[in-house]
Amino acid sequence: MELVRYLVFRGPFNSPNNAKIVKIRGVFLGGRHFEDSMSDPLRIVVAKPGLDGHDRGAKVVARTLRDAGHEVIYTGLRRTAQQIVETVRDEDARFLGLSSLSGAHNHLFPKVCELLVKEGLDDVVVFGGGIIPFEDRDLLFSCGMKAIFGPGTPTAEILDFIVKACEISDAGVGQNGEWHWDSSA
Amino acid sequence: MRGEVLDLEIVSDAIKGDRRAIARVLSSLENRSLLLDQIKMEFPSIFSQPGQESWSSIAITGAPGVGKSCLIDKVLIEWASKGIKTALLAIDPSSPRTGGALLGDRVRITAIDNEEYKDLIYIRSIATRKSSGSAPVIVSDMVEFLSAIGWQRVIIETVGSGQSEVRCAAITDRIVVVEGPARGDGVQAEKAGLLELADAVIVNKSDISGASQHASEIRESFELGLGQTPPIILTSAVSGDGIKEASSILLKLEDTGRSKRAKWRERLLAEYERKILESDKLEEILENLAIGSMSIEDALKVLGDD
Repeated sequence: MELVRYLVFRGPFNSPNNAKIVKIRGVFLGGRHFEDSMSDPLRIVVAKPGLDGHDRGAKVVARTLRDAGHEVIYTGLRRTAQQIVETVRDEDARFLGLSSLSGAHNHLFPKVCELLVKEGLDDVVVFGGGIIPFEDRDLLFSCGMKAIFGPGTPTAEILDFIVKACEISDAGVGQNGEWHWDSSA
Repeated sequence: MRGEVLDLEIVSDAIKGDRRAIARVLSSLENRSLLLDQIKMEFPSIFSQPGQESWSSIAITGAPGVGKSCLIDKVLIEWASKGIKTALLAIDPSSPRTGGALLGDRVRITAIDNEEYKDLIYIRSIATRKSSGSAPVIVSDMVEFLSAIGWQRVIIETVGSGQSEVRCAAITDRIVVVEGPARGDGVQAEKAGLLELADAVIVNKSDISGASQHASEIRESFELGLGQTPPIILTSAVSGDGIKEASSILLKLEDTGRSKRAKWRERLLAEYERKILESDKLEEILENLAIGSMSIEDALKVLGDD
């Protein structure tokens, strides 16, 4: 039996007429059906900063976001913070997902956040994932990141985060908003 | 409704060269929240500058896996080294089921990582969105805007397959078809299709055997037909052979004038498709078609009245 659930999806610009009823099929992977929604897809950059060469996680997340109806720009491996920020700028992305499994997240993620603000991209919502211990996360939230997803996070949770972040007006990396997502893993 | 909000400040920042503003304007054009006509009305001067080159846009098209991205990467570097400002619009398909897209062309384009050239190169990934046919026409607005604000060449990398690539190619000033070795025998080259519209043909992967033979077959096929034979260039994006030559030929590419009618046919179809997709009545018509209260003929009549 197919599980079908409904949720209200708010479009990228948070305007009330962008609110659409979206049907999500399946347990984990969402499908934003074409005929159901006329709102513009979100543009999301998924990036791998630093020297870490493992991108299975980033690809799974990219795929999940794609299947939920978003436009995902994948940067490929071993990008510098500057390259990632320029990609976000040129692609006019509203979300940036950073993945790191190398342990260098405490250096790389804040660097990306800092450069985003410096470039005036303070309204971009930044989230991260990978091998990131819970005790490191408060530092990353204080840099303006809005969620950190560890191994074992259900992909549906990432989609819920995206929907929630769209509803919050000051979720951007440089907007000093209070809110962040508490992930289950 | 579409096209009501025109944020003049963003447009004028984009004209001044602010990269984020350029990206924003392109998004607005893509979402149809800003129309090119509105920009033209507010900033007429940028669209009619003297000394503007006669052409700016070039489509690079061909089957999946022939090496379009790698080739474009090399061409971007060559053009940047000559000081030519080049924008690349890389098109990937949207899922017809969910509307989502994974845009991966940046993975293979490393030209922009070059510190020296990065200000001369702009890359934008574009999904085909709702219809393969509408993307090209919106891309043509983006191309016109980018050319107007000083990008001397705009390369469009088309989706690897399908009818849409002909459509997309038809909206640009020049069409380059990329071929590779082992793409079938001589009869394949004789078959009608995209090759007929080409202003240049690049046979990539010349490091693999069979490439030069394939190039000869293509040349023969052109020579049998009417009109001027376009340049046919052998390249290898891996070894760099032929890249310099190809880059300078593409920079100064002449319109072969082949199949003008075919090009206009594609443009007309693309525009017509856009007209249908942008019609206010579309949703209602689809609804009526789906429940069977309207026939296709009636629908066409209603659309034709617009």
